[in-house]
Amino acid sequence: MAVPALKLDAARALLAAWPEPAGEAHWARAARAQAERWLRECGAPARRDEYWKFTDPASLIVEPAGEAALLAADEVPVFQTRDTHRLVFVDGVFSPEASTPLEIAGVEIAPLREVLGVDIHWAREVFGQLEAAGQVPVQRPLAALNTARAVEGCVIRVTGAASRPIHFVYRRKAAGADAMVRHVIRLEPGADLTLLESAAGAARLNTVMEVEIGDGAAFHHVRTQGRDHQRRAVTGLFARLGRESRLKSFTLTVNGRLTRNEAFVELRGDDASAHVAGACVGDGDFHHDDTVFVTHAGQGCESRQVFKKVLRGGAVGVFQGKILVKPGAQQTDGYQISQSLLLDEASQFLAKPELEIYADDVKCSHGSTSGAVDETSLFYLTSRGIPKQTAEELLILAFLDEAIAEIEDEGLADELRERLAAWLARRR
Amino acid sequence: MLTIENLHVRLEEEDKVILRGVNLEVPAGQVHAIMGPNGSGKSTLSYVLSGRDGYEVTEGTATLEGADLLGMEPEERAAAGLFLAFQYPVEIPGVGNLTFLRTALNAQRKARGEDELNAAEFLKVVRAEAKALNIDAEMLKRPVNVGFSGGEKKRNEILQMAVLQPRMCILDETDSGLDVDAMKLVADGVNALRSPDRAFLVITHYQRLLDHIVPDVVHIMADGRIVQSGGPELAIEVETNGYADILRSVGERVA
Repeated sequence: MAVPALKLDAARALLAAWPEPAGEAHWARAARAQAERWLRECGAPARRDEYWKFTDPASLIVEPAGEAALLAADEVPVFQTRDTHRLVFVDGVFSPEASTPLEIAGVEIAPLREVLGVDIHWAREVFGQLEAAGQVPVQRPLAALNTARAVEGCVIRVTGAASRPIHFVYRRKAAGADAMVRHVIRLEPGADLTLLESAAGAARLNTVMEVEIGDGAAFHHVRTQGRDHQRRAVTGLFARLGRESRLKSFTLTVNGRLTRNEAFVELRGDDASAHVAGACVGDGDFHHDDTVFVTHAGQGCESRQVFKKVLRGGAVGVFQGKILVKPGAQQTDGYQISQSLLLDEASQFLAKPELEIYADDVKCSHGSTSGAVDETSLFYLTSRGIPKQTAEELLILAFLDEAIAEIEDEGLADELRERLAAWLARRR
Repeated sequence: MLTIENLHVRLEEEDKVILRGVNLEVPAGQVHAIMGPNGSGKSTLSYVLSGRDGYEVTEGTATLEGADLLGMEPEERAAAGLFLAFQYPVEIPGVGNLTFLRTALNAQRKARGEDELNAAEFLKVVRAEAKALNIDAEMLKRPVNVGFSGGEKKRNEILQMAVLQPRMCILDETDSGLDVDAMKLVADGVNALRSPDRAFLVITHYQRLLDHIVPDVVHIMADGRIVQSGGPELAIEVETNGYADILRSVGERVA
């Protein structure tokens, strides 16, 4: 079927809006050219696309990006309970001055710009490659744009157990900044890394993270997307897992006008495990979309998708989650749950769970619910003297907890629980 | 302590009248029992007193030490000293038992203008009470009532009562689902709380709980009214002869 001219025009406009990177190595240029070609062929996302029908991509592709008021600087930075290796980006531009020096035991870190100019064997196997693999069967044009144009970001190779978490801090400076950030990560067999991401980053932020997780390696990812009310973001996590490796990714989203978090996870090796979870709370002009695609290719792999959304004041939540079990991926254990708590009649939750299974010895389940705060529980709590408001907040936090509990590090999980409690208290 | 006068209540959604003029006076220091057949309105009375939604009071009053209960929110009733031990304690996944209890206790203290307890002070209180009820530390850490057995749930209700120290305690069929040992444990917990400035209203089907929690007065409820009151011997009469004789003697219809 011919791609509508509007989509093709919009793709050309997107590519034209970002300067073509120069002075890069041949392999980097090849990866970029491949992504650019793909984007020119499939066009920019449009509302009529199957995976965009619940989320209008217009404001993600319109030029220039809409402004987003800068949140007063009273926000205490998140992830303070841990000693982290902080790498700071301001409006999407890496700031070495604000960052911890790029030295950490068991880890090699370099700015993307530098790496793409030289020949690094492992990076060429990851950069643009995991993203390209994730374009089928569902097109991800904005991730392709990222591959074609992004020059900011970090390239990380982990050879052992990282001595402390790496923390990407996305600060903002200009109200209208439009930013693109790209991270390329490889965990060698047996390696272990905790990666944190925090803050809003830009008025409009497009991030892609490619993660190759080697045999027996473990990648823990915890992200909070800043509470700037008018920001927009589209993110892509592309992960490929080796034998007996583990991925745990959790995202907390509070506020933001539009957020689309895509994850494309391929369990390639046998006996690997991937958990992708998210909790979001939105009030009013808030649209939050989790689009997750988990492919079981190896045998005996386990995957979990746990998404919880608390919506009010007309906020909209979207969940599109798929588990694909390829032929031969026997003993797959796939699980998916998406739930929303609708605090008023104006709010909306749209869910599209999908299972596609080509193996006969698998266990896969999914569930999706939306509902209001449970009246019986509320009465029980208030009958013990807990004021209704507090009781509701307790129940909201309890609702979100199944997703938060996916974070392995209890200290980080508790910190996010406190953040959420504070958010609820501010909105009484 | 608790004074109920001519209380008429109907279900909001079904337009069904449940209570038809309940009169009851429970003085401080006493334990009153309410017995009655299924559907007589016992549980409705407990819900109306504690402020559950869905019931409309069409006539009458209920006061706790002179304060109008019916005009208060559930949390205000709790802070005023009312406590309902639920027939079916609610499971609340994601809310820790200790968090729940501490939030409740401190909310009540705050409402009464008392200082809130810090974590250490609170734990000391809870541990002591939990030990008496044979509730282990693991149970305290779990989410409220989640995965608790029937007996554990009821003991947890009594633990809450012991920690919150209410003045007026309503026990709604606390004996249902309990074996003899668990019932004894629960009864001991209740008896330990008996005091001259506290009163109890014990709702039950069966006399057996009243062997352990000996009431001062027993009321028989039928068709939304209290039809007969007497001493503990009334409960024994029910146990021996059933409700039919009593209801016939007071001129009630017998189903």
